[in-house]
Formats: sequence, structure tokens, C-alpha cells
Amino acid sequence: MSVAAAPLDRRAYIRDVSARTLRRRQIRGGVYTTLCGLALLIALVPIVAIIGYTVSQGIGAWSVQFFTHLPTPSGIPGGGISNALIGSLIIDGLASLMALPVGIIVALFLSEQRNAVAGAVRFIVDVAAGLPAITIGLFAYAIVVVPQGHFSAFSASVALAVLMLPVVIRAGEGAIRSVPPDLWEAGIALGVRRARVARTVILPAALPGLITASLLAISRAVGEAAPLLFTAIGSTFLVTNLARPMASLPLVIYLDGIQAYPDLQRTAWGTALTLLVIVVLLNLGARLLARRMRRYTR
Amino acid sequence: MRRFTMATLVVGSAATMLISACGSDNSGSSNGGSSGDPDLSTPQADLTGAGSTFDQPFFTRAFYQYNQLNSNVTVTYASIGSGGGISQFQAQTVDFGATDVPMSASDQAKAKGGETLQLPVALGGVAIAYKVQGVQTGLKLTGDVLGKIFAGQITSWNDPAITALNPGVTLPSEGITVVHRSDGSGTTYIFTDYLSTASPSWKAAVVPGKGKTVKWPVGIGGKGNEGVAGNLSPQQGKGIEGAIGYVELAYALQNNFTTASIQNQAGNYVTPSLGSVAADAAQKPNVSATNFSIVDQVGANSYPISGYSWALVYKTQTDTNKGTALVKLLDWLTHSGGQQQAQALEYVPLPANIQQLARSMLQQVTDSSGKTLLS
Amino acid sequence: MAEASRATGPRRFALGDAAYRRALQLAGLLVFGIFLAVGVSLFLQAWPAFQHSGISFITGSTWDPNSATYGALPFIVGTLLTSVIALIIAVPVGIGAAIFLSEYAPRSISTVLGALVELLAAVPSVVYGLWGLLVLAPWFASTIEPRMTWLPFAHGPTLGVGLFLASVILATMVLPTIVAITRDLMNAVQPSAREAVLGLGGTRWQVVRHAIIPTVRTGMIGGVVLALGRALGETMAVTFVIGNSNVIPHSLLGPTQTLASLIANEFTEATEPFHAASLIAAAVLLLAIAVLVNVAARALVWSVSREVSELV
Repeated sequence: MSVAAAPLDRRAYIRDVSARTLRRRQIRGGVYTTLCGLALLIALVPIVAIIGYTVSQGIGAWSVQFFTHLPTPSGIPGGGISNALIGSLIIDGLASLMALPVGIIVALFLSEQRNAVAGAVRFIVDVAAGLPAITIGLFAYAIVVVPQGHFSAFSASVALAVLMLPVVIRAGEGAIRSVPPDLWEAGIALGVRRARVARTVILPAALPGLITASLLAISRAVGEAAPLLFTAIGSTFLVTNLARPMASLPLVIYLDGIQAYPDLQRTAWGTALTLLVIVVLLNLGARLLARRMRRYTR
Repeated sequence: MRRFTMATLVVGSAATMLISACGSDNSGSSNGGSSGDPDLSTPQADLTGAGSTFDQPFFTRAFYQYNQLNSNVTVTYASIGSGGGISQFQAQTVDFGATDVPMSASDQAKAKGGETLQLPVALGGVAIAYKVQGVQTGLKLTGDVLGKIFAGQITSWNDPAITALNPGVTLPSEGITVVHRSDGSGTTYIFTDYLSTASPSWKAAVVPGKGKTVKWPVGIGGKGNEGVAGNLSPQQGKGIEGAIGYVELAYALQNNFTTASIQNQAGNYVTPSLGSVAADAAQKPNVSATNFSIVDQVGANSYPISGYSWALVYKTQTDTNKGTALVKLLDWLTHSGGQQQAQALEYVPLPANIQQLARSMLQQVTDSSGKTLLS
Repeated sequence: MAEASRATGPRRFALGDAAYRRALQLAGLLVFGIFLAVGVSLFLQAWPAFQHSGISFITGSTWDPNSATYGALPFIVGTLLTSVIALIIAVPVGIGAAIFLSEYAPRSISTVLGALVELLAAVPSVVYGLWGLLVLAPWFASTIEPRMTWLPFAHGPTLGVGLFLASVILATMVLPTIVAITRDLMNAVQPSAREAVLGLGGTRWQVVRHAIIPTVRTGMIGGVVLALGRALGETMAVTFVIGNSNVIPHSLLGPTQTLASLIANEFTEATEPFHAASLIAAAVLLLAIAVLVNVAARALVWSVSREVSELV
């Protein structure tokens, strides 16, 4: 058989097999697709149920006072969660500042180098992902609160940063690895310094994944009360001093949610609803920002 | 990009200003103290306390009101549990502690600040709640029957031991699900103290039978009052049918639980209420940190499952300002000013003799030079 | 990765690259140091408890602080069972949902629904716990669990709370991690791989099976590892719905306890001798479990990738 004829035979063979098996493959594909769609529906049921429940329990607490006033004890109306809103902003903001840059740099480290050091770091990060939040809180208590001799918002930020790191690193590594190696090689081949390639080419390319990683980490941190129990412990006053105990949204949810008094329970659910809305806004804001930055760099 | 950042800054600062403006409306509006309040004027002090979760709602409200009366004093309280309160107090990271079970002698030896004073600050009861179809509140139970239920020796609601006590009530044949506390707590201590005193069956079956946690022979555990309450919820479609458990009185009252009437020493079946708990407490005027159990007291109206919560204070206060503020705060807390706040939240106000006991203890507090801080 | 930069270019570029590498290594070592410090600090605090209980800490079934007996076997079993069952539920559902979002749903719907699933990650643990106890548990007790009794290990009273409910709640909590990470990985797969399959006459599903999944397989492991970590260490949500009984579960429907939930329950009041240290030892046990699981996962990935490379 001549060289020119062989490829044509192969193409004809493939076309023939394709045509014969098309129906079967389409049906099989359809079944799997339906299963996947079903999986998506199953995944959506809990969030809809939880949102519905939280709204039903918490919307009654919402009012202008709720967001602008300091908390009042049970039985005294007119209270709010203003100090918790500001406290969460401060504590989570500081924690993010500590964890996100370091986490992304380590994610770069892990995605680039394949030696034993990288393997060891990845291993310990994976193990650390299984640490209970309360243990991290106790660690922060031991290394920050005890030496300083007092509870503080700073120790809470430390605890949350340690909580966020494994999520940022692992998810971030996945995001950076999914950037095609050609981009790296193109940059290096042009003689650009590695640091610059990473900063201007790789990170922007990995941006959607990095944003997901950051949002996952922040969402986790914003809703965890256990690390805050022994560090920031909460407050009924408006506190902005990092060296003092500070109020925070998840602490309000936990401490008020477990009370006997219905008005405090309602405050807890109202706070939970507030937290969900904040995360949605954060999510939207981050994605919008990413889109605008992408337009800017293109 | 720049406009975006500017907008954020403007909105952020406006929000912060709005919030702090609103916030400052709440505090600092001292009305000079009404007549009948003790002298509350003190120099500026920021106090911190930690401990019992039982006290938390009461303390939150009391300290809030106190700050309205004396804006010089702010109090932050961390309800991390009695054990946590004791260790924070021992380490002197807080100014006062709060615990449901007083410190033992060995605990006191570890306290870095020297000699400790323990005074009762709050009083509460433990209600026995249940969720049984068709059975109203007020099911009669004796101490021994209760002990047998929680020891797993009585397993169904229509057991002869229960029906014998409740002739007019139709009890179904369903199984009893015991709900106890899974976390260590003063409520468990009071309840098991009562069972060890009033139920020979319990005392024989569970050793040790009394403690903040015990080795429960049967049942499921709920974390905190809310965990137990969730399993006992009287609302339709919630809770476990056939469950029985114990919760703080305030919990039962606030959430309309069906509660059992427990037989006291006098033989009467008493409903848990503010009045019956107070009656029980009044029977023992000589409580102290070493003799603190008040379960199963005599008296026709005593509700037998009751107990105090205690505040921990160092006898010698090195910081005179803080020390003065602290003793005045605690004095107000244990008398009508603070106890009114307690009552509003369905805690039982301290009996008059106990209030006097607290004051006499506070009068022992001195500064480093030996001068008494409470006039 | 691109090694070409080493010899080429002016000297300062080489220095810049070396500095870059150093900076990355430092960050890696910093993070390594932090987590090592956590582990060491935990181990040091737990050591007295290990000395006190010896091997019976892992093999004993009795946990009684009042008599200073600390056997954590029920909690080890509870932790493993809840996490494994949670993953068995969450991984197929999560990957299936991610496939649908990435390959089949129109872009706008995919973004909205994806964000909705990710919102699950923001729900505070306490809310999961309360919702589980107040809403899901009664429904399970009345509707779901009575229908499960035909299964081999599902017997006993249908209380609602217990091993199964805790596993379901955990599955719900780790679902967003799996979906979000897998979806992003799938979105990032190059068109060339998809086009290769389509060019051969493949259907859309075959694109998924032959182009997408093999590419993202190792990345998905990262997502599953994070999910497993969350499941192992979750405290608040589990403690409301697991029944908190310090016994080895005999039934899917029975109450039990996990290591993390035990710590959350008992830590603040742990004043008995060796109690606090034993709880920290339970945290160390959790770390040990995480280490073992990670080692096993790595061995699995290594053997799978070896098979693939031998086929090629």
C-alpha cells in the first residue's frame, strides 16, 4: 500500500466506526450527563434549604438598628451587631493580609519545584488541613495570649491565618498548575526574570482559580467561632484596638445561638444571614474585580 | 480603579462614623444613679472576667446596666466554662472568675494572686423536661425513679414505677430516650449531686455518681443546654419523641418545655419555678465554698434540684482602682441592683441572707496596704 | 520546569532568579515551620497523657475522666466512619456537579449555580449544627431512617441524630470545596485536548471522560484532601448531630462521637487529672490519622500514575 493511501484508509476507518457507534455513545453520554445534572441538583438542595431556614429565622432581626447599634442584653430592645461587623472586618482583614500573600507564594513554590523540600511542605500542609479549628485556637492562645497576658484580636487573626493557609496553598497550587507550561517557557525564553514572569504572566493567568482559593479560605475563616473563643473572646463594646478582646460575627452566632432567650436566638440567626450576604457580596466583588483587572492587563 | 478605591474609602469611613456615633449613644448616658443604689462612683476601670456559661446572660445584662449607671467601669466577660474561668483566674489573666462548682483546696493553692474569696452570685434550678405524646407538663417523678431512668433501669414510659406515681395520666408504651449533657457543666453537677443524694439506685449504678461529667450508662449527649434542648423541643416536628433530659430552669421557662414535678424531702411534688428554687435555697443559710450543695433540702415548697454559681475574687487587690471598682461591682451584682437584672432573665434572685453573706465576704477584700475596699 | 534561564542572560538576571527561588523557599519553610510548631506544641502538651494511658489510649473503649481512664477507640472509629461516609457521598456528587457546571451548563447559569454551591462554604459551622439538629434530624427520624433499616448495618432506634446524620452534614460541608476546585480545574483545561477528542468523532461525554478527567485527576486529589481535612477536623456541626455517646457505633443509625467533637465538648471543663492532656492527645491522634490517610493517598496516586506511564 502506498504511503499516501494509508492515512486516507485510517480516516475512513475512524469515520466508519464513529458513525456506527454514534447512537450508542450518545445514549451513554446522555445517561451520564443526566446523572451529573442530578448530582448538581442534589448539591443545590442543602444550600437552598439552609438559606431558606436562615432567612426565615433571621430576617425578623434585620433593621437599621441591627446594623448600626451596639448589642443590648436579652430583654432590652434596640440592640445590634455593629461592633461585630467592624470586629469581623478587622480580624478577618488582618488574617487575610497575613495568610493570602504567604499562601499564594507557597503555592507558587509548590507548583514550581519538585524536590523533597516541596514534597515535605505539601505533606505537612495536607495534614494541617485536618486540624480542628478549636486546636488552632488553642495554639494561638498558647503562643500569643499567654505570653502577652491578655486576650486580643491580634491572636484571633493569627489563629484564622493558620486556619486559612492550607486552603489557600492547596487550592492555589491547583490553580497555578493548571496554567499551561508554554506561558512560563515563553516568558523565560524572552529572557524575562522568573519573578517577573510569575508576577505578570502566571498569576494573572491563574487569577480565577486563585480568587476561588482565596474566597474559600476567607469564607471558612469568616464563619468559624471556635478559634475565636480563646483569643478574641468577644465584646459588647465597639473595639478597634487589636490588643483588646473584640466582637466578631461568628462569635455572636455561637454565643447568642446557644442561649435560652428567643430574642438572642433571633439575633444569632440575623447575624448568620448577614454573614451569608457578606460572603455573597465578597464573592461578586472579587469576580467583578478580576474581570476588570483582566481587561486592564489585556 | 482609582475611583473605585476612593468610593470604598468614602463609604467605609462614613459607615464607621455612623456606627460609632450610634454606638456612643448607648453608653455614657449616666443618670447619676437612682436613690437606693449604693455609691457606685469609682475611678476608671476596665475589668475582665471569665468562667461559667450559666452566668453569661445574667452577667451580660447586669454589666450593661452597671455601665449605664457608672460609665467609668466597663466589664468584658468570657463565657468559656467554669474550668476555663478557674484557670484564667489562677493565672491572673482576668480580674474575677465565675464557676458553678467552687474551687477546691488544691485549685486555690494554684491561684497566683494569693488567697481567694468565693461568693455566691447567682442561683438557678435544673428542670427535668420530657417530650411524650399526650403527656402534659407536671408529670410526677420521685428521685429514685428519676435515678433509675437515667441509669437505664427503667426503659419505657409506661413502666409500673412511673404509672404508679401518675394515676390519672395515660402513658404510652414507647421507649425512653435519655438526653444528657455531653460537655462538662455545672448543670450536670447539680443534677447528679441530686441523684446521688435522692436515688439509691443511681448511687449504686454509677460510680462516681456526681461530677461535672459522669459516665452515663445510657442515652445520647447534647452539647450545652441548646444541644439537649434541641432534642427535647416541644415544638411539632422537632425533638425526639419519648426523650427526657435536664436543662437549666431559664431554658425550660423561656422555651415552654413540659417539665416534671419532682418529689422533695417533704414528700410534695414541686414544679420547678423561681419561687420553689428560692424556697430550697432559703433552707440553707450557711452555704460556703466548702459546703455548697443545696439539693434536696427540707421544706414543703422546695424544689430539690437547685444550685448556686460562684464568683472568684482575690482577697488582696494589688491595683487599688481596679480592686475598688471590682468590689463595688460585685456588691451591686449580688444585691437588688444586679439581682433585679437576674430576675428579668428568669434567674432566681439571691435570698436576703445570702446577699448579706456575699457582702460580708466582699468586705474582707483589701488593697496591698490592708485597707478595706468596700465601705 | 523551564531550566533554560540558568546560563543565559546578564548576571543580574541570574541573581534575580536566585533571589526569587530563595524567597519562595523561605515562604515554604516558614509555613513548614508554623505547622511543625503546632504539631510539636500539641505533642508536648499531650505527652503526659500518652505516658499515663500507654497503648490503651488507642485500644481502650472506656473514656472516664473521673477515674482517669482514657481510651479513645470509640472516637477513632467514629471519626473514620463519619469522614469516609461523608466523602463517599460528597466526592461523586461534587465531581458530577462540577462536570455539569463546567461542560454542560451555559456560562451564566454555571457562574450563578457555582456561586450558590460555593456559598455552602460560608455557612458557619454552628448554623450547620443547629439546622441539622432542628430541621434535618426530625426529618431523618420520621422519613429517611425508617426506610433504611433494610441495610445491613442500619438497625436500632431511629433517633435522627447519629452517625448517618453527622456524615450527611459533613458531606454537605465539604461539597463546596470539591465542586469549586474541580470546576476551576476543568475550566482551565486547554481547548486542544478537547478538540483532539472531538476531532476523532467523540461525543461531549467522551470529551469529559478522555480529555478532561485524566487532565484534572491529580489536581482533584488536592480538593479531596482538603475536603477530607475539613471532615476530620469539624467540631461544632458534628457535635450537635452525632449523639455524643462515647461508644463504638454498631449501627449507621446509632449515636457515637468523633475526636474533634470530643475536644470541643470537654475542653473548657477538663479539670480532672490528665483530662486536658488527654484531649490534646486526641488532637494528636487526629493528626496521626491525617498523616496516615495522606500517606495512603499518595501511595495510591503514585501507583496509578505508574500504571498510566507504563501503558504509554
